[in-house]
Amino acid sequence: MTALIELQGTGKSFANRAVLQAVDLSLVPGRIVTLIGPNGAGKTTLVKIVLGLLQPDSGRVQRSVQLRVGYMPQKLHIDPTLPLQVERFLQFANTNSAECSAALERVGIAHLIKQPVSGLSGGEVQRMLLARALLRKPNLLVLDEPVQGVDVTGQQALYQLIGELRDELNCGILMVSHDLHLVMAATDEVVCLNQHVCCHGTPQQVSVDPEFVALFGAKTALYTHRHDHEHDLHSGIVNPSASVSCNHGSEPQNLPGERARPSDSKGGSESDV
Amino acid sequence: MYDFLYLALMAGLGVAIIAGPMGSLVVWQRMAYFGETLAHGALLGIALGMWFSWSNSVAVVIVCLLIAGVLIVFERQRLLATDTLLGILSHGSLALGLVALTLIPGARTDMEALLFGDILTVTMAEVGVVWLMAACVLFALWRLWPSLLAITVHEDLARVEGVRVDAVKAVLKLLLALVVAISMKVVGVLLITALLIIPSASARHFAKTPEQMAMLASMLAMLAVCAGLGASWWLNTPVGPSIVVNASLFFVLVLLFRGRGQ
Repeated sequence: MTALIELQGTGKSFANRAVLQAVDLSLVPGRIVTLIGPNGAGKTTLVKIVLGLLQPDSGRVQRSVQLRVGYMPQKLHIDPTLPLQVERFLQFANTNSAECSAALERVGIAHLIKQPVSGLSGGEVQRMLLARALLRKPNLLVLDEPVQGVDVTGQQALYQLIGELRDELNCGILMVSHDLHLVMAATDEVVCLNQHVCCHGTPQQVSVDPEFVALFGAKTALYTHRHDHEHDLHSGIVNPSASVSCNHGSEPQNLPGERARPSDSKGGSESDV
Repeated sequence: MYDFLYLALMAGLGVAIIAGPMGSLVVWQRMAYFGETLAHGALLGIALGMWFSWSNSVAVVIVCLLIAGVLIVFERQRLLATDTLLGILSHGSLALGLVALTLIPGARTDMEALLFGDILTVTMAEVGVVWLMAACVLFALWRLWPSLLAITVHEDLARVEGVRVDAVKAVLKLLLALVVAISMKVVGVLLITALLIIPSASARHFAKTPEQMAMLASMLAMLAVCAGLGASWWLNTPVGPSIVVNASLFFVLVLLFRGRGQ
């Protein structure tokens, strides 16, 4: 499959400090790639290079001629002095009001069309941003921390929506995330970034990679695969010797109902038995 | 018989119309301090204009553009926070302007008129300049309005969607410089920012869309100009400050009105 955008050996420094070194990244239609890494790992810089907002110092960036990017920024700060309704916010991307309504419908907030943007909750803002990205009719969605400020249930719903959109539009998706345990379940490929690409692959491969474990700690790696051990009904640990690999042996994205929560690995919930 | 009053009214209304949309943008983009800096720089512009016998408006616009340029260059260096830079430029140019005005040989300047406005001595030609410039600024704002709003909401998002962000921002600064140049005669360099932001701040409470806010702000500014001129006529107060006092009064009334409604 031809890549929508391909980065080879991309490097970028600010004030003589290397932020990215020799990063390779390829985004293809129908595939969700998630970028994870600690603060200062260069995630935002890499996203900006993909978006064309920054030029890399070294390396090659090749864009498909059909590339159309829908971008969902990390944070939306609208000054409360600006009176702006949701519909008007969407019209920056597309002035056709029927399409605006359809996009809102698709992300599940059609009822908010006349609401002021300043009154929306965190989850509603994220959905509105997603709707604006969709209005560009993109074949590549770039989502910078799409579930920021959303509660755990809402996060699951959003990741599910993103997965559905990928299937409907057959678009490539580049996601940036901090919350490792949830995002792992919703992604095809994980790229672990710490100025260079530490490791990449399926969530299963990455979570046992020594470099990943060194960066995020073994605990985090375990979270992403929920069951490193099992409990009996009295919360006793039944199988403490289980390795960090996924005991269930399934692709996490095939198990929408089984996404890991932090509490699952700690407590002795009955579903673990 | 009261020709000077009509001329003053015409000049004031011309500035008030433009103060609505421009003031709203200043409020949304948090450019109030930048506007203040340009206004103070205008004093330096007047001094330069006298020194070289240029027209005041031209000199003011040139100095404002220089200040905007210096600011853009220093912002890129990221050595100092923007508000620190603005503080330096703002007060530096104000002080330099005041010193330069007293050093000009043979020139007797009415400092108060420069600082607080002198709308009652406005000439027919000056009114013409005000309206011409106001029309140009309004036209530019109208053409750029969607882009200006888009970058107000989110710069990177606007850039990805194809807005030429840097160009639009540069034009906005230029337009603000023009507005400062034409407002100076009406309210003086110290009160220009007030005329821009106070009506917009009042209008915010009633507006549901950005355009409503801009238009309402224009109307409130026009009302403040009329009321200020009236107050000045009957109470014999200085016109520029009277206009700003009336604008502030409207703002307080809006607050009280809203407070009761809730």
